[in-house]
Amino acid sequence: MTIDENQIPILPRGVRLHHCDVREGWFLLAPERALKMDAIGVAILNAVDGDQSFGAIVDQLAGDFDAPRDRVATDAGKFLAELAGRRMIEMTS
Amino acid sequence: MTASPIPMALLAELTHRCPLKCPYCSNPVELIRRSEELTTEGWIDVFRQAAAMGVLHVHLSGGEPASRRDLEDLTEGACDAGLYTNLITSGVGLSEARLKDLAARGLDHVQLSIQGVDPATADRIGGYDGGFSTKMQVAGWVAAEGLPLTVNAVMHRQNLDRLAETIEMAVELGARRLEVANTQYHGWAYRNRFALMPTEEQVRRGGQIVAEARERLAGTMVIDYVTPDHLAKFPKPCMGGWGRIGLCVTPRGTVLPCHAAETITGLEFESVHDRSLAEIWSNGPAFTAYRGTDWMPEPCASCDRKTKDWGGCRCQAFAWNRDAATTDPVCSKSSRHAEVRVAAMAEAAEGVDAFDYRSF
Repeated sequence: MTIDENQIPILPRGVRLHHCDVREGWFLLAPERALKMDAIGVAILNAVDGDQSFGAIVDQLAGDFDAPRDRVATDAGKFLAELAGRRMIEMTS
Repeated sequence: MTASPIPMALLAELTHRCPLKCPYCSNPVELIRRSEELTTEGWIDVFRQAAAMGVLHVHLSGGEPASRRDLEDLTEGACDAGLYTNLITSGVGLSEARLKDLAARGLDHVQLSIQGVDPATADRIGGYDGGFSTKMQVAGWVAAEGLPLTVNAVMHRQNLDRLAETIEMAVELGARRLEVANTQYHGWAYRNRFALMPTEEQVRRGGQIVAEARERLAGTMVIDYVTPDHLAKFPKPCMGGWGRIGLCVTPRGTVLPCHAAETITGLEFESVHDRSLAEIWSNGPAFTAYRGTDWMPEPCASCDRKTKDWGGCRCQAFAWNRDAATTDPVCSKSSRHAEVRVAAMAEAAEGVDAFDYRSF
């Protein structure tokens, strides 16, 4: 699955970021799943606000991290596509 | 003693009461009565303790959790404690108003069981008239609330031939996940093994149907499927390892490393009435008994899969060997593996259709 820059990723109901104080880390919680998130994963998911298109998210992250845009697009696209394959992200156009 | 890890999941068996009479019921043969059940406050305290230990998911289960009139308050208590809250239900006992209320109070996910793909089959297997139509309604209410739905389908000889239709039904109901759960032959299911055990051919075809559907439905529905024990080469890593990932609290507040652990006679189980959940988890005798790998005999002790399979299922080892500190007999490295397989095939060949229904 590849993600079009015009598509808007959303976290569907029942999927949410949770900070675990005991483990001192972030987890993406979904039905029967708890995925440990690193700082980059958290940054991507925080940019998924239900309004921004994937292209706008890439622009924002490239700016925030002062990173090459095409590299950010590849990495964030892969990350979101994998979550979409697990039905933990939904794409609207 | 092996250091205790941080638990991920709590299975909260709110009640053993249930209107259905499924012949493969996974609750103990001896059920706990309503008068012994933990109170609303008792359960909410358990949820808070679990969250403070690092538990992320709570599964509100039973019996049928909707049989508890305080299910809404329990759900709110679990959500307020910070837990991802999953309702495991047959759907019977829910109404549209109750489901809306549960969603408003923060319920994260619903797991709905189905017994078959048509009313006659499903209601015969569940032993409850009208159950199928209720489930279809409940799935609609869940979808209307936008809550994620998992369909759980327990499979056996009398419905495995309709697996393809089961998968299609789950898609039509809007499920994000489908659990194709092969019957576990403990307790009541063991009594009904001659009516439930699938043939090798059914299992082989089932595996193919799942593999095809997974590919076709990628991005639409995730399918969980595990090959039945006796036809697998290695045992399931039961509970992801004893006392490693999850714990279970029974309706009366007994804390178990696995919901079936009480079948292992001789283990000493503790109650939330007497000690904190954290103490029971970290050094309760039932949890330390088979935690980690120190307890393992050969061939487990020198097996390169010992931290993958964790020795398999302790309850199954106990059932076959009368000693839970032995290799799960479904493992191909167990000396009893051939015997387990032959027994299962003989049970499947009996082909009995009548059920001995679950009752209180």
